[in-house]
Amino acid sequence: MALLQISEPGQSTAPHQHRLAAGIDLGTTNSLVASVRSGVAEALPDENGEVLLPSVVRYLPDGVVVGAAAREAASEDPHNTLVSVKRFMGRGLDDIQQRYPDTPYRFRAGESAVPRMETAAGEVSAVEVSAEILRVLRARAEKTLGGELEGVVITVPAYFDDAQRQATKDAATLAGLKVLRLLNEPTAAAVAYGLDQRAEGTVAIYDFGGGTFDISILHLNKGVFEVVATAGDTALGGDDFDQRLADWLREQAGTGAEGHHGQRREALDEARRAKEVLTTQDSVAVRVPREDGSVWEGSLTRETFEQLAAPLVERTLVSCRRALRDAGLEREDIDAVVMVGGSTRVPLVRAKVGEFFGRDPMVDIDPDRVVAVGAALQADVLVGNKSGDELLLLDVIPLSLGLETMGGLVEKIIPRNTTIPVARAQDFTTFKDGQTAMSIHVVQGERELVQDCRSLARFSLRDIPPMVAGAARIRVTFQVDADGLLSVTAREETTGAQASIAVKPSYGLSDDEVAQMLSDSMAHASEDVAARKLREQQVEAERVLEALEAALAADGEALLDAAERAAIDAAAAQLRAAMSGEDDRAIKQAIDALNAATTEFAARRMDNSIRAALAGHRVDEFD
Amino acid sequence: MGSELSRNFFELFDLPVAFRIDRRDLAERYRILQGLTHPDRFASAGDQERRLAVQKAAQVNEAYQILRHPLSRARYLLELQGVEFDGQRDTAVDPEFLMEQMELREALAAIPAAAEPLQEYNALVARLDDSMRKLEARVAELLEQDTDSARAEAKSLVLKMQFMDKLQQEARALEEALLDTH
Repeated sequence: MALLQISEPGQSTAPHQHRLAAGIDLGTTNSLVASVRSGVAEALPDENGEVLLPSVVRYLPDGVVVGAAAREAASEDPHNTLVSVKRFMGRGLDDIQQRYPDTPYRFRAGESAVPRMETAAGEVSAVEVSAEILRVLRARAEKTLGGELEGVVITVPAYFDDAQRQATKDAATLAGLKVLRLLNEPTAAAVAYGLDQRAEGTVAIYDFGGGTFDISILHLNKGVFEVVATAGDTALGGDDFDQRLADWLREQAGTGAEGHHGQRREALDEARRAKEVLTTQDSVAVRVPREDGSVWEGSLTRETFEQLAAPLVERTLVSCRRALRDAGLEREDIDAVVMVGGSTRVPLVRAKVGEFFGRDPMVDIDPDRVVAVGAALQADVLVGNKSGDELLLLDVIPLSLGLETMGGLVEKIIPRNTTIPVARAQDFTTFKDGQTAMSIHVVQGERELVQDCRSLARFSLRDIPPMVAGAARIRVTFQVDADGLLSVTAREETTGAQASIAVKPSYGLSDDEVAQMLSDSMAHASEDVAARKLREQQVEAERVLEALEAALAADGEALLDAAERAAIDAAAAQLRAAMSGEDDRAIKQAIDALNAATTEFAARRMDNSIRAALAGHRVDEFD
Repeated sequence: MGSELSRNFFELFDLPVAFRIDRRDLAERYRILQGLTHPDRFASAGDQERRLAVQKAAQVNEAYQILRHPLSRARYLLELQGVEFDGQRDTAVDPEFLMEQMELREALAAIPAAAEPLQEYNALVARLDDSMRKLEARVAELLEQDTDSARAEAKSLVLKMQFMDKLQQEARALEEALLDTH
């Protein structure tokens, strides 16, 4: 396995410095960043000592405020203060308005598939709002660690679909972050608890955050984490506790259902405070201002709160049952239950979960930080500071991928809980003579009708060679990478012609839109766009050359003949020459050329390593 | 020396092309292969190596899925040996088996209305599992004979296994419905 590492000590010509990497928990209610320093993963505080950054962004005519200061303004300035936008990531306008009819935001359906919210600083999408949060965390990490981050691991709910994952990655791109991996939150929690140290076992990760609920069943074997089942609800979280409690408070106060946004927000703030107090006390004094300026004062018992919260907790247990069923397991098979997310501080949640699984849940690590800490540990491995030989995170696709067929039915091509990465090919044919184009609609979900699933994207296949109806055989390959992101390629098999694909994401940003937002944001931050692009390409070039150097040192002699070696050396020399110039596009071209020259070499190395490892396995067997 | 993305799944796992497989050994080999090909191993490598890793890891995952389940493994093995499966024409199975299928299907449909649905359900599932195991054992024998007639019979049994598999899936769907209401 050593030959696949690029930071093996003694193999490289230059000593490697510690690479800066971080784990980011981009949460619905709060976000935070953690990093491994001196071998210990810890959450990084801001200058006031606060670790949690409220996921709230306030847009003012002359700038942006992120975090606690923004949250304080939420009551007085609800339209411009965007809260819990994680719920809107990768979602369409209809979807958002149907699920969250009570948000105060002024949504606009623009030309883009991504809904935008009107603010004092212009229209913004959930992706851009998330990018603002990531920028603050990035700045905090870079200031604390004293340098530029080489890469980050960002966590997402295990249940996030393709559109939601893509939106998260787009936000990172806008914030100038290189994403090493989108990691499922429960997997990160398992890493934080060091469960990889166990030999074997089955663990349930119960993650009840501000806006989402996930239950994941992980199987651990010799350091390999395999998510064997995942279930959850992307629209159920601690915010719903607050909402129910706020509704109750306003009912007690006798304020109308039509209360203005500021008043609703204050009731919500009071609900949140009351909920927190009730984690340690049996009752709490509450007060809610009415619209006429008078104030209602009363008392709330834990019992009343639990009556309001119980149906929500019950909904999480339905998901737990489903995950166990998907995994083919009984409750007794679970060796440990890990609690993640602020909502697991609610005593009722701990009690119900303990009762359900028949064991006390693990609560040693701060449930707000555990995910970021796990992400930081994984980032440290992925960036190359630490050998990852003992840690491999295998994930599954959370929702089935399917295609629309005749009559609005869904044909599943990749069922949920399939281990990723995965690729599946599907053959299509033309139904008209001379047909040169066709359209494919990809959906995600478990239902049989297209209208009941989430539309992911429509792909238009063009440049199909004209043939009689039914003669063309177009093989479309759907590939889902380790981040859970889908890509599609197509080929006409009888002629070998590559059909070109135009993607129209149903709820996502197109590549052009991301590029445009990126240059807008850099212009806004008066950053030097050209300098940044050049810097990015130089970093990539260094990365590629460094990896190649290590690969050549390890396998160049054995796997390449003289002519092949000469071609690679020539391409590498051209890249080195381009790197010293000022033209980012020339560097990009030279990188692409070097990649093309080394494709075969890379494939051989991988095959070689596989052969060597399995041969070793066989020897072990007969020992 | 070309890249070997097109190697068959048995070769990819460095196993003999045979139906009988040690599941634990297969799982162990799978872990080794994932450890070598997973894109996380190439997180700080160039784009091209990462793309290659995604492809290879996807292939390893697919191979494992095919090899670990007896039905898909038997079918894959027969296909490697030149036996063709055609979804449209291959449906003709002997009448006796079809009668049994209909009977099992009726029994399954009657479960929700039964007095003790879960008990009935468990009995039926045990029966399905038992039939499946018998088919599997016979397929294993046939595939060791390496004759055309044995392969032809193995194919007909694989088709029966597909029927049984579908029935098992329907039974699982019913279980979900039963558990949700109980």
